[in-house]
Amino acid sequence: MSGNALALTAVPLFRSEAEELVVAIPEQGMGFPLLSQPLERFGFEDHGSYTSIRVETPGTWRWSTVDAAFLSNILQRLDRPGEKLTLSGLPAELASLLELARATPRATVPESGARPCITARIGVRTLARVAEAKAFVNLVGEVVLCIPRFFLGAAKVRRAELIEVLADSSSRALLIVAIVNVLMGAILAFVGAVQLKAFGAGIYVANLVGIASVRELTPIVTAIVLAGRTGASFAARIATMQGNEEIDALTTLGISPVEFLVLPRVLALSLLMPLLYVYACAFALLGGLVVAMPTLDISTTAYMAQTQQAIAAANFAIGVLKALVFGALVALVSCHYGLRAPRSAAGVGSATTSAVVASIIGVIALDAGFAVCANALGV
Amino acid sequence: MRSVCEDMNTTPLPRIRVEDVSLGYGSSLVQQGVSFDIPSGEIFAIVGDSGAGKSTLLKAMVGLIPAASGRVLFDGVSLDERMRDGAPPFGILFQNGALWSSMTLLENIMAPMELQDHATPAARPALARFKLALVGLADDGHRYPASLSGGMRKRAALARALALDQSVLFLDEPSAGLDPLTSRRLDALVLSLRDGLGITVVLVTHELASLYSIADRMIFLDGDAHRPVALGRPAELAHSATSEKVREFLAVRAPQVTAA
Repeated sequence: MSGNALALTAVPLFRSEAEELVVAIPEQGMGFPLLSQPLERFGFEDHGSYTSIRVETPGTWRWSTVDAAFLSNILQRLDRPGEKLTLSGLPAELASLLELARATPRATVPESGARPCITARIGVRTLARVAEAKAFVNLVGEVVLCIPRFFLGAAKVRRAELIEVLADSSSRALLIVAIVNVLMGAILAFVGAVQLKAFGAGIYVANLVGIASVRELTPIVTAIVLAGRTGASFAARIATMQGNEEIDALTTLGISPVEFLVLPRVLALSLLMPLLYVYACAFALLGGLVVAMPTLDISTTAYMAQTQQAIAAANFAIGVLKALVFGALVALVSCHYGLRAPRSAAGVGSATTSAVVASIIGVIALDAGFAVCANALGV
Repeated sequence: MRSVCEDMNTTPLPRIRVEDVSLGYGSSLVQQGVSFDIPSGEIFAIVGDSGAGKSTLLKAMVGLIPAASGRVLFDGVSLDERMRDGAPPFGILFQNGALWSSMTLLENIMAPMELQDHATPAARPALARFKLALVGLADDGHRYPASLSGGMRKRAALARALALDQSVLFLDEPSAGLDPLTSRRLDALVLSLRDGLGITVVLVTHELASLYSIADRMIFLDGDAHRPVALGRPAELAHSATSEKVREFLAVRAPQVTAA
């Protein structure tokens, strides 16, 4: 508290005269620090018997917002529901300003100020997560129910929308998928070359790159690239549509947003991910070859023959299956967050971030599930 | 509430009936006991102070949000039952237009027709162009929503609301953000649609000029009392409403210019 305010606390600002409360404004006005102090520190007492307030102001006084806020605090303490105290001794413009602040507050349910305990907070968050999971399962169910309708030609999907989504998810993603997978294949080859060369088993770099890429890394890396690129774009697009009431417009036309927006995206990514996977595998193997040839002095023919021998059909089949599932997952998760986005600009950002993060976690978690299943099946 | 509720047993089957609807978000109740009938061909306005639940009521009427209680009937049938047939019985103009940004205006109007299998594929472009011509955008069918002004977007959205030739039109603040002249033109268009096509119109508005010039009747939702406090013709309610807030609301007009 400033020295000014300390000095003021010594001087009572309030006194009672019968049923009237007199507020004596000091020469220098009220000052900011006084706003944070309880009125009782300045001699305020509420007997419940006041019917009027009179403000005594110094001769040269010019009122400020601080004075108005201070007086408003007093009025809030003393005004009873449906019964306002009369106010005198103030300039007309200040009195009318205070009248505005005294306007009857709206009847609203008071919010509890107390912070809930930690168990309650954990419970609330858990319930929110459960609700979110339920909504996601509902979405998956709705999409599954729509798929037969799509193939029977009964689904309300615009061909132009489907083609646009297909184009956006495929040709425009080719370059980035190629770059990432070439680099991944090259890194694997570098690491493998250093270790295997020491044992005179350099040729097995082809096995390492081939199996690791085809079975594990290419589906994951391609799915992560698509989550960051296409999934984010799905979430942002749908969240923006939500904010612009475009999805409400669909609903009021009797068109299911899941059928119109989610189904084409899930089908597009499920269809394209296996194709992108094959394309990505080629680039990953190429990356391995480019590194292995100079570092291990292996010929292209030897490397390719070793790769062909190493990659069993089962590895490739698992990779294709993973790509299909990951594609559907990325599309579903992205659309889910887009549809549940708050209707604001910030909502678009948070939906996009959540979609990418959840997609990446989902892809890796599913991959772990695939690994466990494949191990159990002996594939 | 008796004063603002109609005796539903004595009137013929209305185009829209709202029966004892309550609206709320979470635990807070926005409006309760909302009941009214809208006969065919009427322009009915939902009016009230900010935050009173006007748009919420409109969204509940079109099934976008569930009402806490009560029901809404179209020709005596609930919306869910009507929607089983496919196309909804109404078109809606959202506050900001809500045109699909990835489609041209023509595509915006043809998409509902395609998706609801309305008209033959060959007839759809001509129908869509006609709807655009109705709102004065005949030459703009190839344009995307982002390239239009606010007024044009509103008119294009109105054309889309008419895409399926429904007999009921919901308008959520059609004049919001428009200059007075464009707003008057939109009002004239709504009147023409009602007079020419016999459409029933339900609009949410703050614009007194629109209210007085096109609305046959209005309901006033009081945000403080959380219930409707007036139902009737705007010009009559301006003088005879029992609620002072309604009279005050309806009395705010442009100041009269007096000779010096």
